[in-house]
Amino acid sequence: MTAFVKIDGVSRVFGPNLTTGEKIAAKLGARVETRSVHAVSDVSLEVRKGETLGLVGESGCGKSTLGRLIAGILPPSSGRVTIDGVPVMTHGVKATTRVQTVFQDPFASLDPRMKVGDTVAEGPITHGLTTRADAASYVAEWFRKVGLDPVWADRYPHQFSGGQRQRIAIARALAMKPDVLICDEPVASLDVSIQAQIINLFLELTRDLNLTTVFISHDLSVVRHVSDRVAVMYLGRIVELGPVAEVFGTPAHPYTDALIGSVPKLVLDGDELVRFETIKGEVPSPLSPPAGCFFHPRCALATPECSRDMPLMRPVAGRAEADTRAVACHHSEQLVPG
Amino acid sequence: MSDQSTPLRRFWAEFRENKVAVVALVVMVLMGLLALFASVVSPQNPYDLANLSLMDSRRPPGFVGSGGYTHLLGTDPQGRDLLSAIFYGLRISIQIGLAAGFVSLTIGTFLGILAAYLGGRIETLIMRMVDLQLSFPAILLALVIVAMLGQGKAQLIGALVAAQYAYFARTAYGAAKAERGKDYIEAAVATPLSTRLVMLRHLLPNCTPPLIVVATVQIANSISLEATLSFLGLGLPVTEPSLGMLISNGFPYMMSGRYWISVYPGVALIILIVAINIVGDQVRDQFNPRLRR
Repeated sequence: MTAFVKIDGVSRVFGPNLTTGEKIAAKLGARVETRSVHAVSDVSLEVRKGETLGLVGESGCGKSTLGRLIAGILPPSSGRVTIDGVPVMTHGVKATTRVQTVFQDPFASLDPRMKVGDTVAEGPITHGLTTRADAASYVAEWFRKVGLDPVWADRYPHQFSGGQRQRIAIARALAMKPDVLICDEPVASLDVSIQAQIINLFLELTRDLNLTTVFISHDLSVVRHVSDRVAVMYLGRIVELGPVAEVFGTPAHPYTDALIGSVPKLVLDGDELVRFETIKGEVPSPLSPPAGCFFHPRCALATPECSRDMPLMRPVAGRAEADTRAVACHHSEQLVPG
Repeated sequence: MSDQSTPLRRFWAEFRENKVAVVALVVMVLMGLLALFASVVSPQNPYDLANLSLMDSRRPPGFVGSGGYTHLLGTDPQGRDLLSAIFYGLRISIQIGLAAGFVSLTIGTFLGILAAYLGGRIETLIMRMVDLQLSFPAILLALVIVAMLGQGKAQLIGALVAAQYAYFARTAYGAAKAERGKDYIEAAVATPLSTRLVMLRHLLPNCTPPLIVVATVQIANSISLEATLSFLGLGLPVTEPSLGMLISNGFPYMMSGRYWISVYPGVALIILIVAINIVGDQVRDQFNPRLRR
């Protein structure tokens, strides 16, 4: 198995986006924010063909930005993303249809003034996957695949529920016949009862169409359910990577450990509801991340070394160099002894 | 899935609830029809000099002239039947208002959406130009341009467009800027679709509601601006009097008791502008989600 999607040292910096007036003000010494946010810093990842990679982390950790970089919506500040050796973006413009995205909020991701059938048909017509004359039957086919009645193609988005809209958004992405699907929190804005339906639809379709998927979510139980491997992000960096069962079973990074511990569970210990541990402290501002390991101010295992040296990704203790399980922590041996 | 009605039908149902707006709409349509069929409904063609007799000039309302018919609103200093002159003047005023409105709508919308979508230097360039222009009073700008270009319909429309496109550009820019950040635009870009397609098929249709509102108000403004210019003698040639010029023609006679020459065209102008504005207000209220019940 070789890498199908290759993310090679990708970073994305968001500048303060100053207007001309603000630039002049800054030059004259006014207090204008001129620092940049490193939303994604030097991320290297490989996704294999047919695999589902989960991407987890707290809000603001850069997982959505990383998804947009892979999907070719945002150009990376440095590094590059390739699919099967072909770059996703050339000169800051998306150059491929092989990667498609399902967005978080189906109430925002569908054009409110366009019939949903036209929304689904637009991309395939533009890229020659179907003709204007055949579009109706092409759309009907995809509507059926995502569990929608094809007669609804003439309706507008406001006439659908959230779950139905997300099915339309999935149909729009899949109708482009992609090899890679980026799912950016696709169930986060849906009712719990609808979430299961949509997740099962995802599992079914990715298997049937042999899709390679990057599944972004802050919901660990969802990621555990759908992913083969999982990457944990903290402040723009990958801190742990490995097969889902292993990462969630024996986390090698104290952040992963804390994240899993903070998930509310409906487990009763006797009559007492089990208390779940929150991660102490706040996520540091990405405008001024701490020196050394970004997690050390909140970490129970932190030593002076942690506030000095940024830990790099290395194989987890007792694993071979070529293994896919990796962690960026100086003290992972304390969690997973070799 | 209950809502099967088209957006247009729902819009009309809501519009109908405001009786004043409905009356204004009827008045607006009626005046439009009168203007359109001016040559049919007018007792006289005021542009045909052969029909005019100086013997009939400045006659009061109700006077039976040499043509053998009653001048319901009297006649003007050239002996034109005022009612006919108002119908014809209405036609010119509405023509110029609509033409100027639509041309500035097109130009302004294009510039505004371009600025919002592309951002960066182009945005700064276009929007600062618009800001600069909005800092001048529209009437002053129109006056200067008409004075430079000379008289005539095309020149007048050009001046009105130059004075008004900035309002559309501002509105389109604001709407497009808000829509620009929404997921459906990102989804279209991510497909990928060309910039032209994203702007025309996704951004433009979602920016139309505020533009319709501005368009109605600006058409009314164009009409009153044109009337102002004509009143000042900078509008159309004397042979084709618009409402503004009719008012101007009668102005010297106001103090001698011949009020009708100025007053009736003025009343027609006011009714037209008020009707358009009431309809525009109602449309704006309906597009404003905060006033939604």
